[in-house]
Amino acid sequence: MSIEDPKFGEYGGQFVPEALMPAIEELADAYERYVLDNEDGFMDEFRSRLADFGGRPTPLQYADQLSARYDTDIYLKREDLLHGGAHKLNNALGQVLLAKYMGKERIIAETGAGQHGTATAMAAAHLNIPCEIYMGETDIARQRPNVFRMKINGSEVVPVTVGRGTLKEAISETMREWATTVENTHYVIGSVVGPHPFPKMVRDFQAVISEEAREQAIGKTGGLPTDVVACAGGGSNTMGAFAEFVDDESVDLHAVEAGGSSLEVDEKAGVAPNSATLSTGDEGVLHGARTKLLQDSDGQIMESHSVSAGLDYAGVGPELAHLVDEGRVNPVNVDDDLALEAFHRLSQDEGIIPALETAHAFGYVEKHHDDLGDTVVINVSGRGDKDLETVIEETEKRDLDIAPDMSILQRMGGGGL
Amino acid sequence: MGLESAFADEPAFVPYLAAGDPNYGDSLAYVEALAAGGADAIELGLPFSEPIAEGTTIQNAIVRSLEAGMTPERFFEFVADLDVDVPLVCMTYYNLIYQYGQAAGPRPFVARAAEVGIDGFVVPDLPAEEAGPLRAACDEFGLDLVFIVAPTTTAERLDRMREQVSGYVYVQARLGVTGARDDVGDATEESLARIADWDVPKAVGFGIKTGDHAERIVASGADGVIVGSALVDIVAEGYENDDPTDEVAGRLEALARELKAGALRGTQERPQPERT
Repeated sequence: MSIEDPKFGEYGGQFVPEALMPAIEELADAYERYVLDNEDGFMDEFRSRLADFGGRPTPLQYADQLSARYDTDIYLKREDLLHGGAHKLNNALGQVLLAKYMGKERIIAETGAGQHGTATAMAAAHLNIPCEIYMGETDIARQRPNVFRMKINGSEVVPVTVGRGTLKEAISETMREWATTVENTHYVIGSVVGPHPFPKMVRDFQAVISEEAREQAIGKTGGLPTDVVACAGGGSNTMGAFAEFVDDESVDLHAVEAGGSSLEVDEKAGVAPNSATLSTGDEGVLHGARTKLLQDSDGQIMESHSVSAGLDYAGVGPELAHLVDEGRVNPVNVDDDLALEAFHRLSQDEGIIPALETAHAFGYVEKHHDDLGDTVVINVSGRGDKDLETVIEETEKRDLDIAPDMSILQRMGGGGL
Repeated sequence: MGLESAFADEPAFVPYLAAGDPNYGDSLAYVEALAAGGADAIELGLPFSEPIAEGTTIQNAIVRSLEAGMTPERFFEFVADLDVDVPLVCMTYYNLIYQYGQAAGPRPFVARAAEVGIDGFVVPDLPAEEAGPLRAACDEFGLDLVFIVAPTTTAERLDRMREQVSGYVYVQARLGVTGARDDVGDATEESLARIADWDVPKAVGFGIKTGDHAERIVASGADGVIVGSALVDIVAEGYENDDPTDEVAGRLEALARELKAGALRGTQERPQPERT
């Protein structure tokens, strides 16, 4: 019997079809036993595999050029150095291992940018369990390298053709698939979203980020940082980077969402050309939880947009929604242009090519460093190799001073990669 | 009218269509054809953009209806415009119920539904644990709240549903999402046995598409059959071929008759209930 509260204030809960209720009750029970109580040494094995397979701990690196540029000490939590190139493995490895402990025989997962899909495919190969990844057609087209990686790791990639073919549709379709195969299958959800216990469980797997960063910051600076900045789509790297700092009231927490091309909403077309759910969304029920959503006045879910596939989602984790309402987390947003600029700046100034998702966090610091304290931790949630095609295309559309001259590619008779 | 009345004398045939599929006017004719074909109650889908419990057939119906302009307010007009004499059930997802009207919560939606003649609700993403506010609003306006029992539903969860269910209980014949199948699930009899002593009618759905299916389901003890995707397929085909509305309505009415006749045949094959 579950004892954990499935809610965060008014947010969270379990809004799923009846066929799935027994599975999420079983999962809630497994979460409490294995994750919270370390039954059978689950957490010990998880942490040991995160170290040996994943490469943890990741460094907290002092950023020389950015610190000088902003006249503030900037530290980078290098989740891009985690195996697979993003924070996603923390959660995927935890859930796939949990599925094994629960005796499940098969893994399914959704993916948006493909980072969660690749992490799940790696974890499933590592732990020797069959895996199918559901991915929207639009995302398959814009994240081809990750599709190859999933296939190479031995996972099936199932295209989702309904709707606009992005993360929202992929989550819906994976929930449908789970409702059919729930008895032997675990659904590895990719973010702190969905019905209880997913938001808490995924947060706990990702909390290793802030657990390390907090100790590392104290070790390097003798105290806590003044600010922690992380990008936010569904919010798993955000909650991972914030979790251990939530009780440290002196530390300001900034969740940077995708401002997309505009914060305006086209209600008639059902399109919000952004993914700024925490800043502009309102309360509703989607994908198993009550949370903040991009929705029209009837409650139909909007199509979101971001240059970054991983932030392109109309919902957000219920705990983040709650922390924003409580005033503990500062919801901000950065548009496509500023994110692209930040992508190029970090690549050139620090030698780190960030994921486009991550670039949003840097875009915020570029614009608002005067409002921040003197020790800022930025979560580098992932590396940007997967985004190079998108970045070249999107950079060509814009007149960015900072962008490198890519004409060499045209001269070579190519274009793109 | 009360949903239980639909099951009063004989096994009920309860068809589903997405309201407004493929457009408002045709959909009115199609729903009325189902009533003419012998429907005892009708489930009307109010389309939601993220229908996580639906298979491809009904997902596509929802897309057609939304693209033709269906909204919750239009849905209520649709119900008011319908000329049928059977109880009506609104099947939709919780966010639409929750967002309707100025005040948050399900009450304004239920009030408006009652006003236009809706008799009850099926909400696939609202388990018993979260259903308190909707149950209270239904009680206030005298409407029923139907719950879905799945093959995986635990005994503990059955108890929670039993406390709140009214109208009928929707027995999901197999795991998965909605959609017509060539066979019907084996889980049905077992599920029916588990709730045999509930004092609400038991209607079985998910996968039923022929009169023979309906016959077998009723023979195994169901008080009614719910059929959606097989009917939606007819609407989809008519839409794709641009068939005249009355022809499509005729096909719907014919399948409705077959399903109702199958359900009636099913009663001959089971021990007579101890009713007088």
